[in-house]
Amino acid sequence: MKTIFEKWQRDDNGFTFAKLDVPDNEAVPEKFLRKSLELPIISEPEVIRHYTTLSKRNFGVDLGFYPLGSCTMKYNPKINEDVARLAGFTELHPYMPQSSCQGAMQLMYELTDYLKEIAGMDAVTLQPAAGSHGEFTGMMVMKNYFQEKGASRNKVLIPDSAHGTNPATVTMSGLTCVQVKSNQKGTVDLDDLRNKMDKDVVGIMLTNPNTLGLFEEDILEVIRIVHDKGGLAYCDGANLNAIMGLVRPGDLGFDVIHFNLHKSFSTPHGCGGPGAGPIGVKEFLKRYLPNPSIEKEDEIYRFFYSKDSIGKVKAFYGNFGMLVRAYTYIRGLGSDGIRLAAERAVLNANYMKERLKPHYHLTYDRICQHEFVIDDSNMPNGVTTNDIAKRLLDFGFHAPTVYFPLIVQGAMMIEPTETETKETLDQFIDALIQIKHEAENEPDKVKNAPWTTPVKRVDAVKAAREVDITYCTICS
Amino acid sequence: MNIPENLKYTEEHEWVKIEDGTAVMGITDFAQKMLTDVVFVELPEVGKQVEKGKPFIVVESVKSVSDVFAVLSGEVMEVNETVADDPALVNQDPYGKGWLVKIKISSVGETDSLLTHDAYLKLCEGEENK
Repeated sequence: MKTIFEKWQRDDNGFTFAKLDVPDNEAVPEKFLRKSLELPIISEPEVIRHYTTLSKRNFGVDLGFYPLGSCTMKYNPKINEDVARLAGFTELHPYMPQSSCQGAMQLMYELTDYLKEIAGMDAVTLQPAAGSHGEFTGMMVMKNYFQEKGASRNKVLIPDSAHGTNPATVTMSGLTCVQVKSNQKGTVDLDDLRNKMDKDVVGIMLTNPNTLGLFEEDILEVIRIVHDKGGLAYCDGANLNAIMGLVRPGDLGFDVIHFNLHKSFSTPHGCGGPGAGPIGVKEFLKRYLPNPSIEKEDEIYRFFYSKDSIGKVKAFYGNFGMLVRAYTYIRGLGSDGIRLAAERAVLNANYMKERLKPHYHLTYDRICQHEFVIDDSNMPNGVTTNDIAKRLLDFGFHAPTVYFPLIVQGAMMIEPTETETKETLDQFIDALIQIKHEAENEPDKVKNAPWTTPVKRVDAVKAAREVDITYCTICS
Repeated sequence: MNIPENLKYTEEHEWVKIEDGTAVMGITDFAQKMLTDVVFVELPEVGKQVEKGKPFIVVESVKSVSDVFAVLSGEVMEVNETVADDPALVNQDPYGKGWLVKIKISSVGETDSLLTHDAYLKLCEGEENK
């Protein structure tokens, strides 16, 4: 397919502007005027055709099943979009006086209340713009807490099953990661944790349920070990979808948590979302949260600035449009609905796991939470996870997360979410079973997939070894 | 699986060849197979002091990014610039043209803890059956 630059209609203006009715030499001084602007000139229908064609080649949760493990690609209800488009929200400016944006401030205030309730925390900031950004904010809060106490703690414990963002966050915060092993059950190895937890440790970063989709059954003991040596417990809330309305991380003893509104709370995820990664903390950490927070006094909402705050982490108040969507979702479901969503997400995952078990190697054969991990260890004829993922595209599905978590060789991590019907789950399972048969009987069909997508099997090695990300027809 | 008998190994799948107080090291055939196609190798600077067991090289494949650990403590004497330009050498010839660095050994006693050919072979067989 040609790029928009290659469709440049050199002999045609494509569009006729109204005649300029102001003297054009006065608006901008001559020396600041560009002589040419290298933007393609194309007629309106050609532009529409170009981008409509591109959009048809895209894949999203509005088109089909998207079981990307650890990403919670649930359906994003369209009512979220209606509410976010209300003029009272879209026509706001962040510099407006507080008296004229009380509605928006009320929404943010109430959203922090809901998130506090869901997580069992005492204070929430909505400012971070992504999960990893929330992690960083949380880690800086923890670091500031210890610095103020004069403690020189500099290590953070992270299980070997963790998301890659956890060690990245720790490093960006100027701290050092220490890896904690998983045991045979796929959860934190308590002996290894006890050995590594000492007076230099800021705390542990833990995802619960973890990236294998398993609930950390020893969580109370894990947090006790960390707290006993004066450390703090950070909950990576990536997998909140499995436990919201059922278990409150704050009640388990966690001191800090981040939420992914673009996962658990149905705001758009992927392709720049944009994301939103609020964090919640216990009372003793509240004063370190980014400024400003919103307080309510006599039915008036106002911004509050803490002098101990770690400072701003994002311009103004976070990705406000996403806060509106998450608020709408939570209000739409209510507390019973939130709980039901978590229960259905877990039920869907377990249903798929049990149906796939006779055909694929289930790495940890236990009741799972909202996702589970299978691997390619029993695939015949050298068919790999990568091949299976590519072949799934031919069936009209997005592939699951592959080769993660790192502790499982050839991992395929499947997270159906609660918004899929049993029919869809069955179709996906049937596709995987058929791929297993193909791997046995006609392995080349799998190894050379996909066959039906606009872009066929890409040469990942060539792409990585000979990186070329510039489009050079016009710059050469 | 190719495991030359004249080399020593580590549990992290590095090989090392010791001669006259220097150690040439790289990653094993098993390691390159696990990584799949290597696309980028980040080598340390010559003269860097390294400590046994600490990461000092990064190898990136289409599948993952992995640290390579120093097999012995000492000073980096030489790095294989050819590999930086052509990372595929790590896959094609891990024990030859795909070598990574040469270290001047500072503590001779450390060589005792390296794995022999037989011990490493057993380790790999164990991992394959996992």
